[in-house]
Amino acid sequence: MTDLNIKRYIAWRSAQELQAGVVNLGIGIPTLVADYLPRGLVTIHSENGILGVGPSPVSGEEDADLVNAGKAPVTILPHSSFFDSSLSFAMMRGGHIDATVIGALQVAENGDIASWAIPGKDVLGVGGAMDLVVGAKRVIVATTHLTPKGEAKILSRCTYPLTAKKRVDTIITEYAVFKIRQGKLYLVEKVEEISFDELKKITEASYKIAEDFKSVVRESAIDNLKGEILN
Amino acid sequence: MKEGEIKTSVEFLTAEAAVSRIPDKSRMMVGGFGRTGTPEHLLQAVIDNTEIDGLTIISNNINETSNLHHLFMQGRIRKAIGSYYTTSKEVVKAYREGHMDIELIPQGTLSEALRLGGSGIPAFYTPTSAGTELAKDKESRVFNGREYVLEKSLTAEIALIKAHKADKAGNLIYRKSARNFNPLMAMAADLTIVEVEEIVELGELDPEEIITPFIFVDIVVERGKDND
Repeated sequence: MTDLNIKRYIAWRSAQELQAGVVNLGIGIPTLVADYLPRGLVTIHSENGILGVGPSPVSGEEDADLVNAGKAPVTILPHSSFFDSSLSFAMMRGGHIDATVIGALQVAENGDIASWAIPGKDVLGVGGAMDLVVGAKRVIVATTHLTPKGEAKILSRCTYPLTAKKRVDTIITEYAVFKIRQGKLYLVEKVEEISFDELKKITEASYKIAEDFKSVVRESAIDNLKGEILN
Repeated sequence: MKEGEIKTSVEFLTAEAAVSRIPDKSRMMVGGFGRTGTPEHLLQAVIDNTEIDGLTIISNNINETSNLHHLFMQGRIRKAIGSYYTTSKEVVKAYREGHMDIELIPQGTLSEALRLGGSGIPAFYTPTSAGTELAKDKESRVFNGREYVLEKSLTAEIALIKAHKADKAGNLIYRKSARNFNPLMAMAADLTIVEVEEIVELGELDPEEIITPFIFVDIVVERGKDND
């Protein structure tokens, strides 16, 4: 499976968690989630001041005054609105946003998340990550199971500087879906392409198998995405 | 009363005349998110006025394509307060080598600190950053079982902002996502200088659509058709 297919699978699987309401999508894999949301039923919030972000404009129709939080040109929808940054973050912090899908460097079994800084490097960019994780009603982490170097990302404890404590609700990777319930990590879904033993080896955190656990076939999900997947 | 009889204290000046009011070593807010809604024409005038130096800049970030970055590259920014600086290698290098100080604030805390700074409220509690490195030297307090961090509001001597249109009283409207931090900074500075694309007659802006009433505006500069 190509890297892009892995990312698209994670994005598609994340979108399955979002069937209604308002969501804020982070940068990276989360950006791809927009392609799989049910049309018209989920509204996208962008922290630079848009509620109701539309798709990318066709070439030549870009407007420098209309960009998303990743600074990429976007369009609006019939129900969109614009507002200042303070109102935008009030939507987050005030608990008005139903969910966020974000990437992470590390996630801990108690729901702690580290997504903005690496120890020993200069800590010069936090953006809206902390506000978002603190404020969204549900925090869904969409990430590859391992780092590019093959290190575990789902840990018993984060070793990197935290973005927020105990805020993560769901973790979605190319191999599994975990939920944090009452401060404990549960495996709720595993793809048949990996065994329980192999999954355990690449997941440093301890987890239990949830009562509502199910096994899915990733390849058939990807087959269903064909046409939308580019390569 | 006739429109011609109405006059507010808002001044309408050239960019050059407007920035000549900026004192040396000012604490200055600059609007915009990335390059969207950034007062590039006013920043160019600041670059051209070499007497303005030793600035403390409050802005979300210092975008590499912005005139704010040019001003930084000239070594005229002593300190930056904002949320995101990792996109510019030069900014990271200047910080590492001790040429520029950086105070990092989460973006939502920054926007609220501006809003409250302009509202006469000196500090506030927020859940953002509780239990993280950014809160380590800050007071915190538990309300309703949740930890909140005490953050100070932000004010400044100067705000350089960008709006879409001003009327001849100085009321402002913005365009799409170019609004971002601009209305908040307009409130939070002693002297607010606005760059607009167009100045329109009184009555042309619907009172219902005005986002920044003229009370928060001191100087309006029309960008001019030949400036991009």
